[in-house]
Amino acid sequence: MSVDQVSSAWVPLAAALLLAVAAAAAALDGALAARSLGHHPASGLLTPVAETARLFRQRRRSTLAADVPLWRIGGAGLLTAALLMVVVVPLGRWTVADLAVGVVWFNAMDVLLWAAVWLAGWGPNSAHALVGGFRFLAQALAYELPLMFALTTPAVAAQSLRLGDLVAAQEGLWFVVWMPVAFVVFCGAVLAFSVWGPFAAATGSTTAGGVLAETSGVDRWLVTAGRYALLTAGAAFGATAFLGGGQGPLLPAWLWTLLKTAALLAVLVALRRRLPVLRPERLVAPAWLVVLPLTLLQLLVVSVVVVVRG
Amino acid sequence: MLSGIVFWVLAVIAVATGVAVFRVDSMARATYALAASFIAVGLTLLLFDLQFLGVITVLMMVMEMAVMAIYMIMFMGMNPALMPMSMVHGKRPALVVSIGTFVVLAGGALLVDWPTRRGAPAADLVTSLGEAVMESKMLVMMTVSPVLFATIVAALVLALPRSRYDRMGADLRGRDLDRGAGR
Repeated sequence: MSVDQVSSAWVPLAAALLLAVAAAAAALDGALAARSLGHHPASGLLTPVAETARLFRQRRRSTLAADVPLWRIGGAGLLTAALLMVVVVPLGRWTVADLAVGVVWFNAMDVLLWAAVWLAGWGPNSAHALVGGFRFLAQALAYELPLMFALTTPAVAAQSLRLGDLVAAQEGLWFVVWMPVAFVVFCGAVLAFSVWGPFAAATGSTTAGGVLAETSGVDRWLVTAGRYALLTAGAAFGATAFLGGGQGPLLPAWLWTLLKTAALLAVLVALRRRLPVLRPERLVAPAWLVVLPLTLLQLLVVSVVVVVRG
Repeated sequence: MLSGIVFWVLAVIAVATGVAVFRVDSMARATYALAASFIAVGLTLLLFDLQFLGVITVLMMVMEMAVMAIYMIMFMGMNPALMPMSMVHGKRPALVVSIGTFVVLAGGALLVDWPTRRGAPAADLVTSLGEAVMESKMLVMMTVSPVLFATIVAALVLALPRSRYDRMGADLRGRDLDRGAGR
């Protein structure tokens, strides 16, 4: 299956699609929240709409000696990074940017979050927010290296950094079957760079909301929407790099991509209420002493298979 | 035409943010102005079809600046990161050196008799670049990088006033004071 680059006129539609799927993820989270409170799940489906209406009407909170430009850049950075991530992810047979280094592009865009989340914590000149920003960087040190090697694994198997080649190389057998460790590490890293679930300490209640402590109104909406968009972009990339992308019987390729993305995204969203939040300062040791060697072993296995098969 | 416009926009951003590094009065702004400047340079590389180099420049530089911001705020004694300060030191020597460097580089670029291209570019630029950069120097790189890494770790251990040796004793077998009572 080949992937064609579409005209750049489709870019707004791709952005709208990302936001629509992210909104669906937010609705799912609302439903799960309602269920955990004992209400009917359907009553929570409109939570994102209600939250959007509330936040758009809310006034901005201002703090003393805030670094407003950096604060705004940081807050808007999450959604921007998510939008930039998906430009290389093919939707079935179409892609917005058919980069020869698509995997590296995705990686570079997730590194932008190092800057964005820290700036969102730095900007308001508030202790809690700054602690949140540092918590994120501590967590980033833990997840980034395993993520990089997890991203390397499918690229080695396909012998290409182009996402279209990754999809083509999974014809017959999805990568997740013979590189499960890389897939799990990748999913964990998506949770971590989205500041989600077990990796949400940077916005945790123990620091009065961390980077979100002083963020209100439309800025808070941007950060929240950005986190859902990041989860979505991560799920879309994971579905493409590990779950075969548009490969599948009967249905058209674009629908397979969407279905796989939605399934992975639903799992990532649901994990939020299943796992406890981890303390970032305890993360680096297990990440570097356990997860990183496991990821490297996985990479070794895949490399040997690739060499032996010729 | 379009790539010309993109080049000039990126060039202006790179220079303007580069100037901003020395004009702003806060460490965070200086750090991220420098990051923005590097991003513009990295994206300029994409115009040369050096996709890997361009994207990896963005990746490395943003990460580097994020780490640099932490180090500055952690280790600077009077903590200029948290209060406004001038970003310029030794103005006159710096001006002389930078103007001199610019004149030499720009003059060189204009005056050197550039050779004409021999042969054609390789089909797979990334592979041939990797071989050109690493092939004969692989052993050196593999030796140097652990040494560099050990240096960084050692410097950190020395610079941290209260590290794990302080918390757990010289042999690291003591009770970790950071974990609080009961652990």
